Amino acid sequence: MEKAKAKLKELGKKLEIQISKKQNPTLIFPLRSLSNIEFDKKSATLKLGNKSAARSFFNVAHSKKFLQTVDIARISHNLLKEKKHASLRDVFYQMKRTIPGTKTNVVDDQAESDSVIEDMELITGCSREQLNINANKNGSVAGNVIVEDKGDTIDWSKMGSGGWSIPSNVEEIKFKKVNAKYILYMEKAAVWERLHEDKFWEKQNCLIMSSQGQTTRGIRRLLQRLYDEYKLPIYVLTDLDPWGFYIYSVIKYGSISLAHMSEQLTIPGVKFLGITVDDIKKYGLESNLIKFKDVDIKRIDQIKDYDWFKDNKAWQHQLTELKKLKAKAEIQALSARGISFISEKYLPEKIKNKEFID
Amino acid sequence: MVKKEVIIAEELAKKQREISVSEFFTKNRHLLGFDNPRKALLTTIKEAVDNSLDACEESKMTPDIYVEVTQKAEDRFLVIVQDNGPGIVKEQIPRIFAKLLYGSKFHTMKQSRGQQGIGISAAGMYGQLTTGKPTRITSRISPKKPAHYYELNINTQKNEPEIIKECEVEWLIEHGTKVEIELEAKYQKGKQSVDEYLKQTAIANPHIKIAYKSPEGQVIEFPRATKDLPKEPKEIKPHPHGIELGILIKMLKTTKARNLASFLISDFSRVSPAVAKQICDKAKLDPKSKPEKIATHEADNLLKSIMETKIMAPPTNCLSPIGEELIIKGLKKEINAEFYAAATRPPAVYRGNPFQIEVGLSYGGEINIDEEGNDLIRVIRFANRVPLLYQQGACATNKAIVTTAWKNYGLSQSKGALPSGPVTLMIHMVSVWVPFTSESKEAIAHYPEILKEMKLALQEVGRKLAGHIRKTVKARQQTERANLFEKYIPELANAIAQLSEEDKKTIHANLDAILHKNLKEIIKNGESQS
Repeated sequence: MEKAKAKLKELGKKLEIQISKKQNPTLIFPLRSLSNIEFDKKSATLKLGNKSAARSFFNVAHSKKFLQTVDIARISHNLLKEKKHASLRDVFYQMKRTIPGTKTNVVDDQAESDSVIEDMELITGCSREQLNINANKNGSVAGNVIVEDKGDTIDWSKMGSGGWSIPSNVEEIKFKKVNAKYILYMEKAAVWERLHEDKFWEKQNCLIMSSQGQTTRGIRRLLQRLYDEYKLPIYVLTDLDPWGFYIYSVIKYGSISLAHMSEQLTIPGVKFLGITVDDIKKYGLESNLIKFKDVDIKRIDQIKDYDWFKDNKAWQHQLTELKKLKAKAEIQALSARGISFISEKYLPEKIKNKEFID
Repeated sequence: MVKKEVIIAEELAKKQREISVSEFFTKNRHLLGFDNPRKALLTTIKEAVDNSLDACEESKMTPDIYVEVTQKAEDRFLVIVQDNGPGIVKEQIPRIFAKLLYGSKFHTMKQSRGQQGIGISAAGMYGQLTTGKPTRITSRISPKKPAHYYELNINTQKNEPEIIKECEVEWLIEHGTKVEIELEAKYQKGKQSVDEYLKQTAIANPHIKIAYKSPEGQVIEFPRATKDLPKEPKEIKPHPHGIELGILIKMLKTTKARNLASFLISDFSRVSPAVAKQICDKAKLDPKSKPEKIATHEADNLLKSIMETKIMAPPTNCLSPIGEELIIKGLKKEINAEFYAAATRPPAVYRGNPFQIEVGLSYGGEINIDEEGNDLIRVIRFANRVPLLYQQGACATNKAIVTTAWKNYGLSQSKGALPSGPVTLMIHMVSVWVPFTSESKEAIAHYPEILKEMKLALQEVGRKLAGHIRKTVKARQQTERANLFEKYIPELANAIAQLSEEDKKTIHANLDAILHKNLKEIIKNGESQS
């Protein structure tokens, strides 16, 4: 916390000096875009390249973004001083104010404030959590695990139908007991509820974890800690479409927008369980498909071309076949075979036969 | 007055023996501009003002016109038009003001206002028919001579003046003419009003001064923008390619030329002896035959032959446009706007008639929003410096405007409509003969040559307008940008002061200083990036 505060003060001081020298206040930090992403084969993670971007106040194209960036620093600095945490949404509302004498808001939607928060991580070298900014908690977990969080002891096997909701910051959590053979991570909360109701984690002696859609940092960090500290294998279950594949890819290799955090978040041992193109035939899902839209096809082409998929035969096979299929299969498509087909047949069979894609 | 009036004159002359002029007038009111009481008032003033202006300009005097309209009763008005022109010699007065079609010029063509309507005597007769009151004239030709006062009626049976009263009067004016006509009329403001007519006249005639006293007693002055009179338009003989059979026959009958060849050479422009011979040969007529002996069917052949013969285009030095500089001056003094532009095209020819198109434009200032809430541009149209107030939709100018792509010039425009925006657009056609779509002479006919010239002129001012709009838009964006920085600075200074724990005011002042020192560069860089 003191480190973050010092870094932010240093930033303010640097800008103040530029200004007192009558220079255009400018921030220089690594560029966060695909053009500056490198796939490090050795560690199998996405890393930032060495391209930098300059953001200057007296530049018509940058000035607003510059103001947003410095404003985030100010907000974070205040949070740290007051020892309070704010959510991404809170920060958005703190920034969403009209600049006096104009019709312009500092930010208009949360994507803007989220993006400059990520920039601030790069500028200060402090993570969002270290800047006292938390994501919304999102996601549930259940299984035979006992943790201690802020002095409370929590048993993940006794959390009722909702499971334990994963906080955005899991750094301070202490594991007291971990009794599981693997972690099943799934894209859909609805599927998680199905498995939870079917006591899948109890029968299989595993952890089941989910979020809705993209995997938040809190979940990624929790997965990583369980993987690193307890060597639990992690299997990912998503819809059969390029977006599902990318969810897997983010957990395994890191994401483009958070490449600067890769070391803290990537889990190279993660394996993809399904739904695969081969499952369609095997489980007779042909009549439960949803036709692709143009964006889906485009996304397949993009993913196919990413460095970390390019040389992977198994994945190229999946992507090629998926493009031929011209349709997606949701996890819930398995329900066509019976409501508990997934927990009683599909998952146990796949896990037993080790039908994973790496 | 030219061709078309000549035809009316002929018909009229024939009919005079059979019916009275009043009957003819009543039957043809709509052709003469007296269809309704509102238009009658306008036409009366128009005829009197046109006469005054023509008279002043012909005698090289800078026109000062006084117009007064007084309401006498619910539907009765007195019109007074007075000028500082040369005055009229005593003997001429009754015939000019109380004989229809007196003074028409035959066979020569000249750019003149008189082409509009049928003349001041028609207005006098309208007054006489609707109110029973005579036309009253005061005129003086020199300070050394007395002023003459007349009260005149038209003998509607004979088309001859009837002098009701005639005397010498005391008059403070050194020279000039005053006409007073009482008539049944209706006074209304708006697009087709007397007020608008006078305003437009002032725009297209920047060399004149008008003082106008409206029926409400308000006095409006339209000042002069230049003392220079327009170049006097030269008379030209008709070009053979513009002639019609009726006129050709009439010309054959009245020519002073002894034979057909010399008739063609002397009564037309651009006919050389060689061309005359070519025409006669083609028509199988003897160049030496007497013009008055040419039979109708022979005249028909002659006309065909003329049309088939290549003849040099008519001279164009007979035209007297307003000119770009004076169009702008005229617009400036009557319309309050931020930008003015004008274009005068070089002369061109349609059907043997030389003509020239001019366009003026004002941009900015007041926006004209009509009853339906549209902000379409305002179009003002002129033929030989005379405003055209009726039938805008039927006019060639309208077609030329709506078929021009105004979006290219920074105005918005719906398909097939006038563009919108704070624009007054003036189109002026000068010609020895302005072709109208109908006898009421309010809309210019759609000759391809005329439309083409109009569009070219519109495009020329359009380009000038586009340049201006681009510049103002750019200037506005630049100010906005500079402003934005100024508004951002307090926010930024506050944030940096909190982070660095340094003095906010100093940071603020330093940021201001950087902005003002590098303002131009900052704005310029912004443009190359965005």
